[in-house]
Amino acid sequence: MTAFDETQLDDSTLDGNAIGGQLQEVFGTEMTTAVGTCATCGATAQLAETLVYLSAMGTVVRCRTCTAILLVVIKRGEVNCVDMQGMAALEPA
Amino acid sequence: MAGTAVRGRLTWQVATVESLRPETASVRTIDLDVPGWAGHQAGQHLDIRLTADDGYVAERSYSIASAPGEAVMVTVERLENGEVSPYLTEELRTGDQIEVRGPIGGYFVWDDAEAESPVLLVAGGSGVVPFRSILRYRAAIGSAVPFRLLYSARSLTDVIYRAELNHPGEGVEVIYTLTRQQPSGWSGHSGRVTPALLGEVAWPVSQHPLAFVCGPTAFVETVAAALVDIGYPPDRIKTERYGGTGATG
Repeated sequence: MTAFDETQLDDSTLDGNAIGGQLQEVFGTEMTTAVGTCATCGATAQLAETLVYLSAMGTVVRCRTCTAILLVVIKRGEVNCVDMQGMAALEPA
Repeated sequence: MAGTAVRGRLTWQVATVESLRPETASVRTIDLDVPGWAGHQAGQHLDIRLTADDGYVAERSYSIASAPGEAVMVTVERLENGEVSPYLTEELRTGDQIEVRGPIGGYFVWDDAEAESPVLLVAGGSGVVPFRSILRYRAAIGSAVPFRLLYSARSLTDVIYRAELNHPGEGVEVIYTLTRQQPSGWSGHSGRVTPALLGEVAWPVSQHPLAFVCGPTAFVETVAAALVDIGYPPDRIKTERYGGTGATG
């Protein structure tokens, strides 16, 4: 199953602006203007422009070009668990 | 402990509700006193955190409704099944304290650095909130940059900041489209934002305009795609989506 099958652009889809605070908490600086490179398709975009899905389980950030997962953040208590294997590069502005 | 805060680190702090103002039947503006507020840019956010008696925590991000240099304000729309907005719009009282952190974001920001570019603002429902910050900031700094705000609301009574938007300042044009209900004798636009309406309202591409689009996800997708169709370069369109609910249309 590819990312395309499971991803729908629907009303629950937000963008990276919605997680500016969470990203700043994780990375220690403003990240909505940071430029990420998708490890799957190579597209680059500011994190504000990504597809974002929030749930009780955590935050999933997907590439707007190919919808592959770029970043997953799961909070356990006060600890953020971050998986960023989906990004080939991430450059703060 | 502001003096010891690490630069760039976000810290939750206690804010006090200074006053509350209804904007529409389901929307109100909250004026906050945030001690030591670092100042914000027009279009930035803050996060609000509510903790229930049983320890359950809910956090939400809100656009700041006031201009840089003004006290912090947020404008919140009540969402029927929301965890946070019903409390903020119905329970919160003057003098109450809530936890906030910010300012947050840097993408959906207008700062007059591009004084040559006319600006198109396209709002769906409460997507108008960051634009109030931007328009107030434009007025405060005496900017002459031409602005147009295209604002889609369900009806005239759903228009947020209506009195203020009646006097938006020299060089600012406000254009409404009402999607569900129009008052008798309404001479403005009706229905959703269409490519045809955008073609009519948007600055010509030759003027190198900058566009900001904020609203529900489907609204933002439609408007951004239409702007690309009429020739706006994607990197001249800044978008902010707040999901599916709200009084846009």
